[in-house]
Amino acid sequence: METITKVNNPYGEDKVIDACSLFGMMDLTGRRFGSKAPVKAISNMHERGNGLGGGYAIYGLYPEHKDDYAFHIMYLNGESKEKTDRLLAKNFDVLQAEEMPVNPAANVWSPPLIWQYFLQPKKDAAKNQSNDEYVMQNVMRINSETGGAFVFSSGKNMGVFKGVGFPEDIAEYFCLDEYEGYLWVCHGRFPTNTPGWWGGAHPFNILDWTVVHNGELSSYGINRRYLEMYGYHCTMQTDTEVMAYALDLLMRKQNLPMEVVARILAPPLWIEIDNMEPNEKRLCIVMRQCYSSLLMNGPFTIIAAHNGEMIGLTDRIKLRPLTASVKGHVLYLSSEESAIQLVTSNLDRVWSPRGGEPVIGRLKTMKPVEILAPKVMK
Amino acid sequence: MKSYIEPEFIVERNQDKCIRCKVCINQCTYETHYYDAEDDIVYSHDENCVNCHRCVVFCPTRAITIKRNPTQYTENWNWTREAVTAIKNQAETGGIILTGMGCDKPYYTYWDRLLLNASQVTNPSIDPLREPMELRTYLGAKPDKLEFDLESGNSILRTKLAPQLCVETPILFTALSYGAISLNVHEALARAATEYGTFMNTGEGGLDRRLYKYGDHIIVQVASGRFGVSPDYLNVGAALEIKIGQGAKPGIGGHLPGEKVTEDISRTRMIPTGTDALSPAPQHDIYSIEDLRQLIYALKEETDYTKPVSVKIAAVHNSAAIASGMVRAGADIIALDGIRGATGAAPRIIRDNVGVPIELALASVDQRLREEGIRNKASIIVAGGIKSSADVVKAIALGADAVYIGTAALVAIGCTMCQRCHTGKCPWGIATPDPWISKRINPDIATRRLVNLLRGWSLEIKEMMGGMGINAIESLRGNRLQLRGIALTDTELKILGVKMAGD
Repeated sequence: METITKVNNPYGEDKVIDACSLFGMMDLTGRRFGSKAPVKAISNMHERGNGLGGGYAIYGLYPEHKDDYAFHIMYLNGESKEKTDRLLAKNFDVLQAEEMPVNPAANVWSPPLIWQYFLQPKKDAAKNQSNDEYVMQNVMRINSETGGAFVFSSGKNMGVFKGVGFPEDIAEYFCLDEYEGYLWVCHGRFPTNTPGWWGGAHPFNILDWTVVHNGELSSYGINRRYLEMYGYHCTMQTDTEVMAYALDLLMRKQNLPMEVVARILAPPLWIEIDNMEPNEKRLCIVMRQCYSSLLMNGPFTIIAAHNGEMIGLTDRIKLRPLTASVKGHVLYLSSEESAIQLVTSNLDRVWSPRGGEPVIGRLKTMKPVEILAPKVMK
Repeated sequence: MKSYIEPEFIVERNQDKCIRCKVCINQCTYETHYYDAEDDIVYSHDENCVNCHRCVVFCPTRAITIKRNPTQYTENWNWTREAVTAIKNQAETGGIILTGMGCDKPYYTYWDRLLLNASQVTNPSIDPLREPMELRTYLGAKPDKLEFDLESGNSILRTKLAPQLCVETPILFTALSYGAISLNVHEALARAATEYGTFMNTGEGGLDRRLYKYGDHIIVQVASGRFGVSPDYLNVGAALEIKIGQGAKPGIGGHLPGEKVTEDISRTRMIPTGTDALSPAPQHDIYSIEDLRQLIYALKEETDYTKPVSVKIAAVHNSAAIASGMVRAGADIIALDGIRGATGAAPRIIRDNVGVPIELALASVDQRLREEGIRNKASIIVAGGIKSSADVVKAIALGADAVYIGTAALVAIGCTMCQRCHTGKCPWGIATPDPWISKRINPDIATRRLVNLLRGWSLEIKEMMGGMGINAIESLRGNRLQLRGIALTDTELKILGVKMAGD
């Protein structure tokens, strides 16, 4: 754990600060599509990154292994791979393991060794916990105990590809033109206080949850202390990590619906709550009372995704951009509208969600779900 | 016995400016000034002067200056004037030296060694004049999580929350007991709290029935003397507070002398007129943590679980462990009172030597409750020397939910901290039961001054929050990354949980 903290935050700052471009594209029917549109779109926002990080999460990636945990792991050294392989062999049935196919000609900086695994927890190994919990613990162990291995992604039927370079170079390096998925989340990064480190690029993943994030949380200090109360260790020291753990706590562990979660992360203002009808008002007050330490304050836009769902959300006064768009059954979320217009013409609808109002794409729900806040503040 | 004590202050009167109006004579409750008709000059008994500035402020020609007596004992860093005078005083009286207000010793004020952050480039600061800036805070126990039932697509809340206090600014008026302060001050505090959407705390002397109408903004206190505690009293408040200790005098009880127990005070405190009101040092039904639990639940039973129960302790060496026990005993709010917390009367030796600065106690209590995973089970209110809005912001960033102010509120209505509250002769009409002197506090004006103070501080808090890029106070609470220490040792930084400035 120490190792990751040191590599990701070499100057020991409060946290790693970065800003970014985000792009998400989801076919709500579940039809899988290739890299062409998403890579072109994220590449169009080149100026929002500085070449120190780009990455992709693709869902519906491994239909032939859809029930196996797909691990993408990067290694800083050979020793960490040996340790990781031993740990995996001990705790999992390793169904397949191979080096990630890459294109060495791509313009990326100092690529590490990256492997891809398909795993099933050893029978009865999980004992009194769910398979997810068991996998999560093993991911934490690999990240903290092997001294140089870092799990890019660990979900089913999905995978994360990321590294140091512009998003278009990362796509080329990982040969993304050979993959398909029904949901793509893309990220270009502009870190200000960390040198390039492949693990530090977005998306950030835990199980099948991924988060890409643009912004800087002024509330990071308390968000982190609150999550630590629930056993999360913020080793990466990034806002994205805090965001991912908050989603994990609220959605996976506490089983709260996204509609509620959005109002915890970016709650309506008190002046808006005061003017709500009684039931909704009570609910919003209680949410702010109970989860005040998870209010994500300061500028952010996130695109969070897990199997079957993609969510776009900004902070409640919208200090970072987010544009949503629909064409047919495809939902687009992007930092800039131009990126969407570039890859699709004649959009059915383009809009800018207001601060704190999530846009949710759900598989087989043919219209994106929007949760609108009451319009009190003009 | 001839007293060897020299006057501490010298009154200087510019005879050219003095118009012999005798305002100073009328205003001074210590009989410092007197008029000599033969000389047609106003003179002063310097030895009576307490440096309260009442005459200075009210002199229409600004003729009066009060100076520290320049005649000093031979300089000695150990045997200070205060130490020498105290010994002489005790040699003459054989008693304990009493004082008022909070510790005046130059122990670090850690607030002044903490600096705040502001946003630059990577995130925007927020202008509170243009954008919403939220100070509303709910005090009380919060659950670990909320649970919902899904009914026909709608989320129905299943979790029932403990009762909460809603404050529109994270500043409450601390416990100031009726008897120690006058009814007019109590009224002004209650009215200001009501007007601004916060709370005043009755202190341990009960609540005059004429103020019951402000009950929705009053925290009623239950202390070791149980003065004024009745079912009506418990139920009229918005919350209850069990007072275990006070920052100015940890481990010490209270004593309101019989001469202060006037008819009004006797009725409210429910004791005979003229009898001493003695608050025992401990609550005699609380000798252990499980006893505290019984009292907490006795109060919750009496009020039908509709009001949060706060437990107030003085910050002492093991506050963190004690606070953890209090939370587990069922306290909804923990009130921590630091060594600089003030009092209407306390032995000077206790006031100045017992306790812990509130900053350190707060940091360790907040951290301990988090480590034990129970920080959400109680809110923390801190008290003890909060003197500006910056102190409030720093307290909240260190981990407090809100602060109590006492001295600052009294200063707002005239107090000059002369430390003579225990005499009951407060020339400003604040710390006195005397119906004649207490008329000097006009409740309308005092209310206005208190509301102005709350407003001024709240505006400043919003400015500081906006600078940090934070638009809701809950994002500041416990957010120690917004703080940096200056001129502090590694150990101090570690206890405070903050980094050094520049790091």
